Amino acid sequence: MEILVCVKRVPDTSENEIEINSDGNDIERDDLVYSVNEWDNYAVEEAIQIVDKVGGSVTVVTVGDDESEEVLRREMAMGANNGLLLTDDAFEGSDGKGIATILKGAVEKGNYDLIMTGAQADEGAAQVGGMLAAMMDYPYASLVNLIEAGDGKLKVGREIEGGNQEMNEIELPCVLSIQTGINEPRYVGIRGIRKVASVEIPELGAGDLGVDAAAIGEDAAKVKRVDYFMPDMGEGAEMLEGSTEEIIAKLIEYLKAKGGLK
Amino acid sequence: MAEIFAYIKHADGVADDSALELFVAAKKIAADATVTAVVTGSGADMDKICTEMAAVYNAVWKIDNAALAYPNAEVVRKALVNTLPADSIVLLPHDTFGMDLGPGLSIKMDSSFAADIVGIEGTDGGALKVIRQEFSGQVSTHVTCDIAAGAVLNIRPGVFQYDDSKAGGDVADKSGDAGDLSVKRTFLEVVEAEAGDVDITKSEVLVSVGRGIEDEDNVEIVFDLAEAMGADVSCSRPIVDAKWMEKSRQVGTSGQTVKPKVYMAMGISGSFQHMGGIKGNPFIVAVNKNTKAPIFQVADVGIEADILEFIPELQEAIEGL
Repeated sequence: MEILVCVKRVPDTSENEIEINSDGNDIERDDLVYSVNEWDNYAVEEAIQIVDKVGGSVTVVTVGDDESEEVLRREMAMGANNGLLLTDDAFEGSDGKGIATILKGAVEKGNYDLIMTGAQADEGAAQVGGMLAAMMDYPYASLVNLIEAGDGKLKVGREIEGGNQEMNEIELPCVLSIQTGINEPRYVGIRGIRKVASVEIPELGAGDLGVDAAAIGEDAAKVKRVDYFMPDMGEGAEMLEGSTEEIIAKLIEYLKAKGGLK
Repeated sequence: MAEIFAYIKHADGVADDSALELFVAAKKIAADATVTAVVTGSGADMDKICTEMAAVYNAVWKIDNAALAYPNAEVVRKALVNTLPADSIVLLPHDTFGMDLGPGLSIKMDSSFAADIVGIEGTDGGALKVIRQEFSGQVSTHVTCDIAAGAVLNIRPGVFQYDDSKAGGDVADKSGDAGDLSVKRTFLEVVEAEAGDVDITKSEVLVSVGRGIEDEDNVEIVFDLAEAMGADVSCSRPIVDAKWMEKSRQVGTSGQTVKPKVYMAMGISGSFQHMGGIKGNPFIVAVNKNTKAPIFQVADVGIEADILEFIPELQEAIEGL
């Protein structure tokens, strides 16, 4: 099975406190620690496990700049066979539909049976996979937490409300968005990264992909972020202050009053 | 202003909470908008749902077809594309169904898509201004969405509480317009969640732990604190993803819905999916190193601390009472 996994380099929210810059038009990006989007990492692990069982290859692709290459190498160190960097000044400012349009160009240049994305990334929109599938006229399933490969089709489980799982049969080729927890992504050590450090990663621009410049970038974007601001805190929590002993004493009073201690 | 349609999610003859929330959201886009509820499905439940929606919405479109008996997003998408006028504004709940349907629907309707909308500020010309969140709710953004050629708008559940406002209208049967509903994804069955050793939906006091616990070896301190308090232990999604606890202990829209008196959120950032699993307005205590964590917006009492240090100290103090 030929598998394409779409990945994204994002600020790592477990390593950073996200702050807004003084102009309010972006987050403060100096000193941010970046990593591969968590959901995408599960998708790559799943792709590697499928290929280990049924054969084939895994290609990881991203839309970004030179710095995005590091996440491709990381996923190749995990076991992805090929990397593909889609990079062009014309891509900048694309909305979700623009990104899906760029990825469609990469899909059409290959011969993939299965395309995976993470269920969502830093913007929390969960949109690119479903858009790409509709553009390709491929079937789509989101929030996938189980995949069983079959002949010309897959059995997939989708995570739905209440801890339940919705089972579907889906024909290949298809697009799946992958939910966290579907597997346990393998650890990538420094040695693994070194092994793939000199592997060539092809770079493709709008012309290489045959993407219409009018369909991508800021001018084509119909959905645009205007600014960033801090969420309305409402009343917010009463923050307990003082020494740890004082805080714990206050907390215990609250817990007693609210029925939190038995 | 284009026509606004709201997709009505329902199961077993009961409309989802989002069904009426979308009416409130639609009126925020334009107070004088004509808002049509779209009810898809099959069989006897359809008329009950349609009648309920006709009491609130300006109109109801019923699409009854055996292929829509289970809401497979691929089938629903075809039914909507075949039925709705071009340039429609379509509202969906941003839940596991809306996330499955919305992005692809926007492509097939050749319209804009905005996901997980938490606020609607109104229209300016052909643009709708909405509020979204990024980075797990740590920052908010204003986003403009060009709706001149229609839009699919996924609305976060629970944000636009239904306020008893009503328009009222008639039910129109659009089943004949549904057209070809054949798809390449077949719904098989729903596998119900497995019961765990503790039923956290019945717990009065929960000590709930999230990513802040850092390592599987540290999970033990949470159980020790819960034992000292006479509480049960629950957790957020990353703990289950890491296989450190059973899925049955996960609080959230994709896990259990709990209604305790007291909820201790230890090292939990408080994503909306997590908070969606907490009902009954409990007293919430949040302990987190990151003072910007969204949990502090909804908690009653907050403590800035590293849970790995704080939990053992709290346990010791409680045992000393």
